Amino acid sequence: MQRIGVFVCWCGSNIAGTVDVAAVAEALSHEPGVVYSTNYQYMCSEAGQNIIKDAIKEQQLTGVVICSCSPRMHEATFRKTAAAAGLNPYMVEIANIREQCSWIHKDMPTATEKAIILGRAAIAKVQLNAPLIAGESPVTKRALVIGGGIAGIQTALDIAEAGFEVDIVEKQPTIGGKMTQLDKTFPTLDCAACILTPKMVDCAQNENINIFAYSEVQEVKGFVGNFTAKIKKKARFVDPNKCTGCGECTEKCPMKKIPNEFNLGMDNRRAIYIPFAQAVPKIATIDPDHCNMLKNGKCGLCAKVCGAGAIDYKQKDEIVERQYGAIVVATGYNPIKLDKFDEFGYSLSPDVVTSLEFERLTNAAGPTSGTLLRPSDGKHPHTLVFVQCVGSRDTSGCGKPYCSKICCMYTAKHAMLVREKYPDTEVYVFYIDVRTPGKNFDEFYRRAVEEYGVHYIKGMVGKVAPRADGKLMVQASDLISNEQLHIEADMVVLAAAIEPDKTARSLGTMLTASMDTNDFFTEAHPKLRPVESPTAGIFLSGVCQGPKDIPETVSQASAAAAKVIGLLAKNKLTGNPCVATSDEMMCNGCSSCEKVCPYGAITYQDKEFRMPDRTVAIRRVASVNEAVCQGCGACTVACPSGAMDLKGFSNSQIMAEVDAICKM
Amino acid sequence: MQKIMIAKAKELLQSGAVDRVLGWKTGEFAYDITPAVFETIEELEQSFVYDDFCGANLSKYLIKASRLDGKTLVFLKPCDTYSFNQLIKEHRILRDNVYVVGVPCEGKTDGETLKQHGIKGILGIGSQGDDFIIDTLYGEKTVKRADVLPERCQNCKSKQHVVYDELLGEDGQVLDSHRFDMVEKIEAMTPDERFDFWRGELSRCIRCNACRNVCPACSCEKCVFDNDASGIAQKAAADSFEENMFHIIRAFHVAGRCTDCGECSRVCPQNIPLHLLNRKFIKDINELYGDFQAGADTESRAPLTNYQESDVEPSIVYHKGGNR
Repeated sequence: MQRIGVFVCWCGSNIAGTVDVAAVAEALSHEPGVVYSTNYQYMCSEAGQNIIKDAIKEQQLTGVVICSCSPRMHEATFRKTAAAAGLNPYMVEIANIREQCSWIHKDMPTATEKAIILGRAAIAKVQLNAPLIAGESPVTKRALVIGGGIAGIQTALDIAEAGFEVDIVEKQPTIGGKMTQLDKTFPTLDCAACILTPKMVDCAQNENINIFAYSEVQEVKGFVGNFTAKIKKKARFVDPNKCTGCGECTEKCPMKKIPNEFNLGMDNRRAIYIPFAQAVPKIATIDPDHCNMLKNGKCGLCAKVCGAGAIDYKQKDEIVERQYGAIVVATGYNPIKLDKFDEFGYSLSPDVVTSLEFERLTNAAGPTSGTLLRPSDGKHPHTLVFVQCVGSRDTSGCGKPYCSKICCMYTAKHAMLVREKYPDTEVYVFYIDVRTPGKNFDEFYRRAVEEYGVHYIKGMVGKVAPRADGKLMVQASDLISNEQLHIEADMVVLAAAIEPDKTARSLGTMLTASMDTNDFFTEAHPKLRPVESPTAGIFLSGVCQGPKDIPETVSQASAAAAKVIGLLAKNKLTGNPCVATSDEMMCNGCSSCEKVCPYGAITYQDKEFRMPDRTVAIRRVASVNEAVCQGCGACTVACPSGAMDLKGFSNSQIMAEVDAICKM
Repeated sequence: MQKIMIAKAKELLQSGAVDRVLGWKTGEFAYDITPAVFETIEELEQSFVYDDFCGANLSKYLIKASRLDGKTLVFLKPCDTYSFNQLIKEHRILRDNVYVVGVPCEGKTDGETLKQHGIKGILGIGSQGDDFIIDTLYGEKTVKRADVLPERCQNCKSKQHVVYDELLGEDGQVLDSHRFDMVEKIEAMTPDERFDFWRGELSRCIRCNACRNVCPACSCEKCVFDNDASGIAQKAAADSFEENMFHIIRAFHVAGRCTDCGECSRVCPQNIPLHLLNRKFIKDINELYGDFQAGADTESRAPLTNYQESDVEPSIVYHKGGNR
């Protein structure tokens, strides 16, 4: 028989305001096994914890029930308290009489009655608790960063600075991500390349950082501290150790008409290419879909001109297997496709562009060498219309329900830069709201309006129709003066919503990291654990978690790095002892549990058993890898024979709780 | 067919290809047929039988037989092959140790039903077209096959063998059966009527455990009802209502794994239509997750132990009548 102590917390007036705590303590003192029952204002305070410690010692308690807030809040606190008094921490049970009782009831008698029932259930459970001891597992002191944009770069640099090895896996031939395509950055208008490329070079030069560019993560197994990842290094058909990045091949390649992804298809590249001058690693890559040599075996010009002899048409994809202690997801974003937004005429006229395309049109390394020219006729545009929220805050189903967060600021930037460089240009911005929370952000936007004379009009553009003479007829409504506007524009720039990269969904499945309905990764706690995934050892950096601008991305990237460093600094991790366990004598070996286990923690083996009739039988039985098991309990409900059970949450404990609740 | 089967069994036993044969033999009476293991030619010649009384599904016996030394020959009727596959899927039968010979089936009757039709002194059974020809002490009697087939055979789901190493006779097709008609009738009752219907049926239960013992899906190493530590064994015997829960618990236990072989109802000495409980689950699974036949193959994941993004939401379960 257990000797159980019951401790009812007031939580100030949080609980005591609705629950008669003294009555609860009194009622529970009569439950079987309870030898001590009391109440106190703040059980989690030092004084409150001392009451628990003293009672454990003086009353020789073997079990403790604390009626307080959610176990998510203070279970760890009270487990430590028990351990400090010499009691196994898993002999502590929490009855949640705050979130599940006092906060949702108004009437004191009802809430008090419910609190007693919840306490009774916890007492019934603790009767069946057994001391549990957590196992330990070692930590591989290397991190994997998936995605080599500014988020991944910053995370990797910070982890490497702390002295740990980091691998960056980037699917493009170069790291740098979206930021490489930007021109200037708000709110200070420094050039993106000038601040980003030094960081890219730092990555390449840091001896703790290993860059797997043009590579993809193919498979991830294991658990926090002990992940194993298979990385596919796609064939570049160029030997990275020999290529000097001189670019000779990229000038001689006869395949000239391949849309250049870096400039969003607004100019062309060759079949062998280096995405841009500051690429890291600066190695040429052959595009196998367009290379004549790889497709038909005819050409071979690049091999002839390459002084370093780096071209290798026979190169194959390579799979590398590496161990990691932590994984950071930094998969970033893409602007949405605009095929569902015909009203803006994006597919009808080359002069209707997205904001990212506009970045390239104003960038010195872009297709127009930085001079703003209309894509259709190469003439200087005189009237520009910017449309905000194209697909953002859209509940029609065509776009995204969320705010993409960066568009208000970059549109103000675009408008301001155009007015500064080309004062003869009229610039209109159509918006639903202008959202500029952020340091120096609102000042920036006001400058666009007040100093640069950008016409901000509250209202949405209804239609953009290209006219035969090349003008774009923009129909819009001005909601403030309540009138219809007709603007003859030379160019229309659409602030397309951003969405998580397409690879995020499959990666989320691979990592068993949860995602929301928009495919953004969810954080372990929206406020208190914003850079951790609920899956242990998986961290989030950048837009993969939600829309962010560069300053915010970099902050989050460093925060994720800090969490990773904290993990890698440990030599051993204490596991969760509440894991599944299989009663081999009852196991049928049917594989039901293995099929539902999301962590791959269950394997089968043929074992010899002495049967009751003294014969020896070989039976297929399940065994649980306790280091991999996360204690979700899926196997215990799937098991048809009742052989699988969860320590700390056994079937009999749950039945006892239900019985206690149903007992009148 | 019996002759062909005995010849096949002899051939395989003699050649050493198999070490034993799992089949049927006559009991005290002609209709009193039981599963049996034959290890010699003599035994086969003496008592092997395959006729229209051989309803028993032999697949469950392979859990033990396939773990013996050597190979076991088993004769499986089409519906038995589903149970066999399901047990392969659950790793209960060692496939390599079994040689499956598929045999045709036109529906099996039993002595009790024939007696209810006034046929006594049964000595043997044969069939001709749509009729059973029964040899009795009082001469030959003819009865319409459809009149004396149990419900499971009248609504046969498949005449196709889903697995075999060798087939004797012709293979049939998966049939478009009306097996859910009775379930629909029970679904159409009011909750009170339905409660009374099942209480009435289940009140006859004598807890002989025949349904559990014969069920191929009930093959646990240790049944919870035989395990005092489970906390269920004693509960089920507490009162008549809890007692009835035995069948409900068993239906949940085999949900998604039951192939609808109907053995539970065949062996019930109290004639409780137990298979209808399982069919309700099968029908619900089909309606909520798309058609699924347990035992149709050995690889697919059963809907109840699988998750797909397209799975129904609880609200849709209610919408489809899940809350009735």
